Amino acid sequence: MSEKRHFIAIWFFIGSLLVVYGVLIFGAGIYELFYPGKSQVAMSYLHAEIWWGLLLVVIGGIYVSRFRPGKR
Amino acid sequence: MSFPIVLCFLESSPKRLMAMGPIDLLIVILYFGLVLGIGFYMKKFSTTGEDFFLAGRELTAWIAGLSFISANLGSLEMMGYAAGTYENGILVGHAYWIAAIPAILFLALVMLPFYYICKTHSVPGYVKLRYGEPTRALSAISFAVMTVLMSGINMYAMAVIMKVILGWNIHFSIWVSSMTVAIYVASGGLRSAIFNEVLQFFLIWLGCLLIPIVGLLETGGWDGMVARIAANFPGQDFTHMWRSTGTYDNPMGVHWVGIVFGWGLAISFGYWCTDFLIIQRVMTAKDLRSAKVGTVIGAFFKMMVPLIVILPGLLGRAVLPFELVSEPVAQQTGAHSYNEVLPLMLVRYCGPGLLGLGVTALIAGFMSGMAGNVSAFATVWTYDIYQPLFRKQATDAHYVRMGRWCTLLGVFVSIGTAYLVMSFRSIIDYAQVVFVFFIVPMFGTVVLGMLWKRTTPAAGFWGLLAGILASFFLWLWVRLDPSAVRFVALSANAKLGMADNIYRAMWSLIVNVVVTVVVTLFTKPKPAHELKGLVYGLTEIPSEGHFPLFKRPITWAAAVAIGFVVLNIIFW
Repeated sequence: MSEKRHFIAIWFFIGSLLVVYGVLIFGAGIYELFYPGKSQVAMSYLHAEIWWGLLLVVIGGIYVSRFRPGKR
Repeated sequence: MSFPIVLCFLESSPKRLMAMGPIDLLIVILYFGLVLGIGFYMKKFSTTGEDFFLAGRELTAWIAGLSFISANLGSLEMMGYAAGTYENGILVGHAYWIAAIPAILFLALVMLPFYYICKTHSVPGYVKLRYGEPTRALSAISFAVMTVLMSGINMYAMAVIMKVILGWNIHFSIWVSSMTVAIYVASGGLRSAIFNEVLQFFLIWLGCLLIPIVGLLETGGWDGMVARIAANFPGQDFTHMWRSTGTYDNPMGVHWVGIVFGWGLAISFGYWCTDFLIIQRVMTAKDLRSAKVGTVIGAFFKMMVPLIVILPGLLGRAVLPFELVSEPVAQQTGAHSYNEVLPLMLVRYCGPGLLGLGVTALIAGFMSGMAGNVSAFATVWTYDIYQPLFRKQATDAHYVRMGRWCTLLGVFVSIGTAYLVMSFRSIIDYAQVVFVFFIVPMFGTVVLGMLWKRTTPAAGFWGLLAGILASFFLWLWVRLDPSAVRFVALSANAKLGMADNIYRAMWSLIVNVVVTVVVTLFTKPKPAHELKGLVYGLTEIPSEGHFPLFKRPITWAAAVAIGFVVLNIIFW
């Protein structure tokens, strides 16, 4: 991306969205852990929402930290 | 391969595959909010023609490369190829390997330097410089027609997906999604489209990657999946790429000659090397090396796409407790069709939140495909049709305004053309029909122009026209007399649809090349000084020898090529 026109990097937008998505999905996974729904998905014992949500937070966090506005 | 969508199915389908909860809906809404926000944010940076149509030619290799591959990764492609895999097995994976990787690497290393060095804004722009105005007009008009038709197909596919999966109203899906694309592309131009495509790339991967991961855990890995498929469907080979292609007796009814020369050469090189929708993305890179590296990055991720498209289709064969059927049978019996395999797998493994992410991935796929079409259409219309044919001398601001209006026009025309899709037996076959008409002959014309300085302007025009007409007449012949497929596809055992498209592409390219060569031999070539920067041997291509090995495009292209060979051997 251009330095001369000072865009906010697209990576920052992507990181932000992934962090928000990660938090929402992780939260949904924790809720399901304690209050399991009636219709369980296959392999539900893996609790994919929890670790996939965490993965999104980590990936998103790296991008937010690395490309946040104002950081050189 | 089939992805048949007919009106009665759309209007009467009583079922829906999944119900989204509040978290899922929130995830989808946040996505729409962000893409619109990026569009509005980018508007202030898109004031000149160079900004609006070529994103200022200042993007990095990663952004150009991810956008390059994302523009190709539409929802139609994901749903259609997953369905095709369930129906025909891993043979469909050729679309991602033999029918993609060699062509993308050829684009990166051989053709891209000419596109980039001549500083043209489009592929028809290159054709104008190389062959003159008549050939440019023919290629630009055919490209514009193809683009809005393809955009309509993509739009219709998305609306059907939303209807079948979520029970959403089809008009609601079409209008909300297409207006969102129209707003963010018209506001921020190509830069906005590209930035959103990079975002969509992440969402598509992160939304779909969980399916193969959990699926392979369920089946006990690849070997476990293959064993389950063999047990569920004995006597059929769904898991080998080449083993069954020595004859036409395989699920797709295609011989390896058709796969290699029709699909891997004619269709693939036509699409990847001359379809401006795709090439526009890498032409925005800040320099030639970045453009080449970006293209190679795209090749790498293209090679990986079977993980999120082909593997879910195969896993469907292994784990679903019922057998999917063709669309007509599904309509009669109420069973699930092949086309539903990807959403069915999504529902199988994804609980609250993850479901919203998966649906967002499908919507993102649609929007990236459509944004690619309308942004390329706006450029070709403005610079290759409107400027030379209607208004040669106007200000830069005028052409930017035209580009913005044209984006909106492209979306509205796409909505209209979406309804054309309904009369065809298969939406992907239809896409290939349109595609083979226009894009395959373009490849012959452009590559001969780049690599053979003797090729004349008259030969460029007549070769292109002959290729388009040959393709059209072969299609018409088979449509009027389906038994003619035995001549077009060289075997009475070849199947209509995929097979005749592949062979028609091969004939179209052969006709194009033969006519171009013959006409060249009888007409006068351009003088050498007019071909500088356009033709091999008369163009100075910057050396990359001073870069360290790991920064040279050829290094990474070699790595991708090795990966391509290894994957084909593993899955032989």
